[in-house]
Amino acid sequence: MDFNYTDTQDMLRDTLARFLADTYDFESRKKMIASDAGRDPGIWRALATELGILSAPFSEEQGGLGGGAIENLIMMEELGKVIAVEPYLQTVVIGGGALKAAGGALADAVIPEIIGGNVIIGFAYAEPKGRYNLANISTTAKKDGAGYVLNGHKAVVYAAPWATHLLVTARTGGSQRERAGVDLFLIDAKSAGITRRDYPTVDGFQASEVYFENVAIPGDALLSGGIDLIEQIVDEATVAVCGEACGVTRKLHEGTLDYSKQRQQFGQPIGRFQVLQHRMADMFLEVEQIMSMTLMATLKLDLPAAERKAMVSLAKAKVSRSAKFVGQNAVQTHGGIGITQELAIGHYFKRATMIEGQFGSADWHLDRYEQLTLSDVA
Amino acid sequence: MNLEFSPEEIAFRDEVRTFIAENYPVELRGKQDEGDELSKEDFLSWHKVLAKKGWVAPAWPVEYGGTGWTPTQRYIWSEETARADCIRLMPFGLTMVGPVIYTFGTPEQKAKFLPRILSGEDWWCQGYSEPGSGSDLASLRTKAVQDGDHYVVNGQKTWTTMAQYADWGFFLVRTNAEAKQQEGISFLLVDMKTPGIEVRPIITLGGEHEVNEVWLEDVRVPVENRVYEENKGWTCAKFLLAHERSGIAGVAASKRGVEKIKEIAKTEMDDDRPLLTNPFFRRKVAELEMDLTALEYTELRTLAGEAQGKGPGPESSLLKIKGSEIQQRITELTLEAAGHYGAPYFRGFGEGDNEHPIGPEYANRSAPVYFNVRKTTIYGGSNEIQRNIIAKMVLGL
Repeated sequence: MDFNYTDTQDMLRDTLARFLADTYDFESRKKMIASDAGRDPGIWRALATELGILSAPFSEEQGGLGGGAIENLIMMEELGKVIAVEPYLQTVVIGGGALKAAGGALADAVIPEIIGGNVIIGFAYAEPKGRYNLANISTTAKKDGAGYVLNGHKAVVYAAPWATHLLVTARTGGSQRERAGVDLFLIDAKSAGITRRDYPTVDGFQASEVYFENVAIPGDALLSGGIDLIEQIVDEATVAVCGEACGVTRKLHEGTLDYSKQRQQFGQPIGRFQVLQHRMADMFLEVEQIMSMTLMATLKLDLPAAERKAMVSLAKAKVSRSAKFVGQNAVQTHGGIGITQELAIGHYFKRATMIEGQFGSADWHLDRYEQLTLSDVA
Repeated sequence: MNLEFSPEEIAFRDEVRTFIAENYPVELRGKQDEGDELSKEDFLSWHKVLAKKGWVAPAWPVEYGGTGWTPTQRYIWSEETARADCIRLMPFGLTMVGPVIYTFGTPEQKAKFLPRILSGEDWWCQGYSEPGSGSDLASLRTKAVQDGDHYVVNGQKTWTTMAQYADWGFFLVRTNAEAKQQEGISFLLVDMKTPGIEVRPIITLGGEHEVNEVWLEDVRVPVENRVYEENKGWTCAKFLLAHERSGIAGVAASKRGVEKIKEIAKTEMDDDRPLLTNPFFRRKVAELEMDLTALEYTELRTLAGEAQGKGPGPESSLLKIKGSEIQQRITELTLEAAGHYGAPYFRGFGEGDNEHPIGPEYANRSAPVYFNVRKTTIYGGSNEIQRNIIAKMVLGL
């Protein structure tokens, strides 16, 4: 049993934390979000080149540092602490993860470009009526000679306005909701026939509705593995989001604790009131459990699919509920100032709220867990 | 004991229903439903229709322009307006300062202000909270010093809702720094056009401009605009807070909110079935209805007590706590129903903007409304303060 990070992992965390402390204070973040692009591309470039840490979760043969899910957790946790709007989840965890798992010429070509900071990936998996079922899609990829032709509409694709590539789930066969016939493609985001409607999201990112109209893509855009591969990378992404929640909720708790020591009412710091002390103690318990569940799930990502899914779902359900508890109570303890744009706390709350539903709500994951582990009783 | 409406009450309900159907401004239809931000004109258009009919202030005594309705009739009124998705009128004049003026004001103050509150001519705002005085309101420091027949007011107020539109504000100010906190406060009516007043916007999490800071520098307020005695303003403030709380339960609006969630969850698909058939989601709706019914019948008992002459007392804290929590749960469920489409940040249509909203219409403002409604457990005396009031005033602890 060992929950310690290696020296290399500690170094990765320190490097990133120092960089973000210098570049990603609340005011700078505000400016990035308010800019036309909605981000500062220099940050991504620096992560790739100056710090060289986008390589962390890739193998040495791929030009990486030989890490994996734990390195992703470290990165996501630190990015969460500053509520960064960088496309790390989409590009490195999801895009990189899919390429690592699928292998082949496309992976060999694109992974070095991810590491070099030249590629940004948007994950186009959700559909307007699909909710969280990854197989509930109607976007189609029809075989056409050596390649495919894509048609469909993908919803709320985070980072799509910045993306060089889109990772798209589409049907090569089967009917809506059928597991068979769902495939994964990595395509050029500028391919003819793709149109986007871009918008900011409530948590400070940029996203798009993406429409595919007879988009011709080459045959080697297909990453083989079907729905099993898609579920695997979404599980990895789900755990990475839990890692982000570790950082986000830690900051919500710390910020609340600090505020309760400064804010005076009735002639004393509000942190002296027992009702608030108990609340902040409860928030602390939830933050610690978010960390525990995230580590647990991170270490179980390599298990056989059924077990992996069950444990990822248990973790995400807990993280969703705890993130809600911590976020809501952080705002409540701050009072009115907690729901203004002025303080950082409200912005952490917004991201925590979006994390709750990302890749499935607490109910959805508890249901998946029940189906995987408790349904043989009946 | 009897829960049925009498034939007269049913006739009244039908009258109200018909009136709303025939007179609710066309341009407002659907606005409340979609959670749109409302303009001053929006609020005033419905206000004026009701003022003309004489129904704008149901709870006021008849002599001041009230309706003389029984509590049951007022209950029917709030049910029917919520059922028809009527916008809720701004409370600052009608349910806050109005009752203070007719209860504590001079004949001159009543004659001057009450008709203009009823007509909608004056838009009111509330100058209570200060940066250092939120839950601990009595510690407020905005100072009023008498100079001849004026007070000179200096200080800063915050969370002043819709002050950007206000013609008048009612302010709590300190007129005696030596006395015990509650005994040195006065209640002033301030013309918002007086030199020295600056209103600065506070933008909240959903991007709304709803609340403001109000800065006062050497603002001269005629002494005749003080309500009740000098240093007795806390009496008015407490009276007003109790009034504010009894309306704050928002039962009728929450019932409509639950109905909307059901409508949404009937069309929103969860895999191959409507979301409302998902047992987890449906259970949450049922639990919401359970708690809302408990709140409704608690409110009805309070209303019935009022009819027998018992004013709203500390029990109204119960209505505030449960009402606000239910309002928040409704927004939580709406956001949950929105799924992926809770994320897009949609600020409504600009001039000449004919783009469609992103995703289903109800989803558009689900997240901003969820963020915004976190305020309900904070304002009007936070729920922590309400529990203190219950512990102290009801339980004697």
